[in-house]
Amino acid sequence: MSSSTADHSIHQTRIPDPLYRWITDWGEMVVNALITVGDMAVFAGRILMWLLSTWPRKGTILPNFYHVGVLSLPVVALTGTFIGMVLAVQSYAQFANIGLESRLGAVINMSLVRELGPVLAATMLAGRVGSAMAAVLGTMRVTEQIDALTSMGANPIHYLVVPRFLACIMLIPALTIMADFMGIVGGYFYSVIMLGIDHYQYLNNSRMFVGGWDFFMGIFKSFFFGGIIAVVSCYRGFHCQAGAEGVGRAATASFVFSFVLILAVDLLLNITLDAIYITIWPHGAKLI
Amino acid sequence: MTELKFTIEESLKPNAGGDGECGIALESDTSGQPSNSESAPLVELRDLTLQFAGQTILDHINLKIPRGQTLVIIGESGCGKTMLLKTVVGLIKPTSGQVLYDGQDINDLSDLEMTGLRRKFGFVFQNAALFDSMTIGENVAFPLVQHDLASGRKLRRTIIEALAEVGLPETVTTKRPAELSGGMRKRVGLARALVLDPELVLYDEPTTGLDPIMSDVINELMLRTSKRPGVTSLVITHDMKSARKVADRVVMLYPYPRLPAGEGQILFDDFPSRLATCGDKRVHQFVEGKAGERLMEMRRSELDNYQDTPNLSAKYNK
Repeated sequence: MSSSTADHSIHQTRIPDPLYRWITDWGEMVVNALITVGDMAVFAGRILMWLLSTWPRKGTILPNFYHVGVLSLPVVALTGTFIGMVLAVQSYAQFANIGLESRLGAVINMSLVRELGPVLAATMLAGRVGSAMAAVLGTMRVTEQIDALTSMGANPIHYLVVPRFLACIMLIPALTIMADFMGIVGGYFYSVIMLGIDHYQYLNNSRMFVGGWDFFMGIFKSFFFGGIIAVVSCYRGFHCQAGAEGVGRAATASFVFSFVLILAVDLLLNITLDAIYITIWPHGAKLI
Repeated sequence: MTELKFTIEESLKPNAGGDGECGIALESDTSGQPSNSESAPLVELRDLTLQFAGQTILDHINLKIPRGQTLVIIGESGCGKTMLLKTVVGLIKPTSGQVLYDGQDINDLSDLEMTGLRRKFGFVFQNAALFDSMTIGENVAFPLVQHDLASGRKLRRTIIEALAEVGLPETVTTKRPAELSGGMRKRVGLARALVLDPELVLYDEPTTGLDPIMSDVINELMLRTSKRPGVTSLVITHDMKSARKVADRVVMLYPYPRLPAGEGQILFDDFPSRLATCGDKRVHQFVEGKAGERLMEMRRSELDNYQDTPNLSAKYNK
């Protein structure tokens, strides 16, 4: 085949440019996403390795516990209260239509302890603490402070990440309990005081339908959420691009990625835990 | 400096640039220090290559740094000086080649062994890289605390002595890095790097961004440090005044993408006094701070865009 014929056949079989670009763009995106997930898994593995081999110093743990736990309490309590009241407002109209407003306590409290309490606490933590972690570690990366740590013989994962991971994992259950408690108080206040639902009915229905398993489910899920926030935020901070824009992007990406991952893991855990519940208690309490 | 011995290293010949006049690798007897001509070097780079995202930064660099020597690496921005410095302390892993410290390839060491080895290094970062979350005292104390080498009164005394050595008063210990001037931060960075009595001190552009007086203060501190027994220094700088003042030996790196095919990245490897007599035009240009053909390149690139850019077109038509 002469060269001109070959050129002609290549020209004829060439994929049109926009389609080619679309395919390569998607391909690149998928490959990059896979690389990030793989990198993050390796990062999480290194955190666990350091956690199991050398416990961090008290001086590095306590400030992180203070930032993650103590400083997050007010905002978690406040949002918990509001979410409890909002649930009461939204559910009342629906349940009153079918004459089941007396069951409001069960609906509000079950939604809170199973789902909204842990997810709300995790969201607040991802926004307040996760973004800050990514920004702090990102700034340390771009100002060579992480290199300085390494050059002085300190392992940055052990020194910077492990204490943050511990703080998130160990304190998110406490924050979840706080969100649950304040949500229950807020829901009770709005339902009983503002909407005039009978106090006895409200509490009795709550007691009947919300049990230890529901609390366990919320608290159990919160450990995973805490781990996700710490790993994603620290990873984003460690892999921050240069400059102020890079730090900003790391902080935003840490929140977005954490939130998406929290909801995805929440779904998987709900399916798994519900399947376990049905296996153990096939005739559990039904709301309606 | 009492006596200086030159040996032409066959292994370094590929790095010799241009006419070869500037490619002499030397091993020097610095004043009061033992001869290094026969002993093993403290640091040795063998065929060191570094690539990022497919771009070559360092290409087959061979370099030996004898004990007690102050080696200054000069070169324009982007030639890979800082990367080289970070590769020496294991902050960056080379794409290929070896970094030998005292005959041991540092890339073969485990994390724990590397942590132990890093106690022998002192790194002065370009912008000091002090920890914002800590006070100056805590910054200087960090390496000692990290390695459990001091605590209580002894720690406090060591911090005050380290700060005094770089001319800073005790009162700065309670301040935060943001409260200090650039020069003071650099001096704190130096105090922190020296607090473990390192064998190898690495300086990344120590005088950049400082006024001439503070630059000279830093130069004097570097000179004083290099005179400590057993201290080897590796300095990266653009500042020729600083290079001439502190160097026992100067190496000039050239950006890899600008090199003609087959030429080594090290254009000059000799005493600082020989910089002036080096036959390589590129070395002269850097030392004298002259743009030379870079201006022509800039104009050429402007002319290339001439047709497409209305503003430039109007300018050249005028």
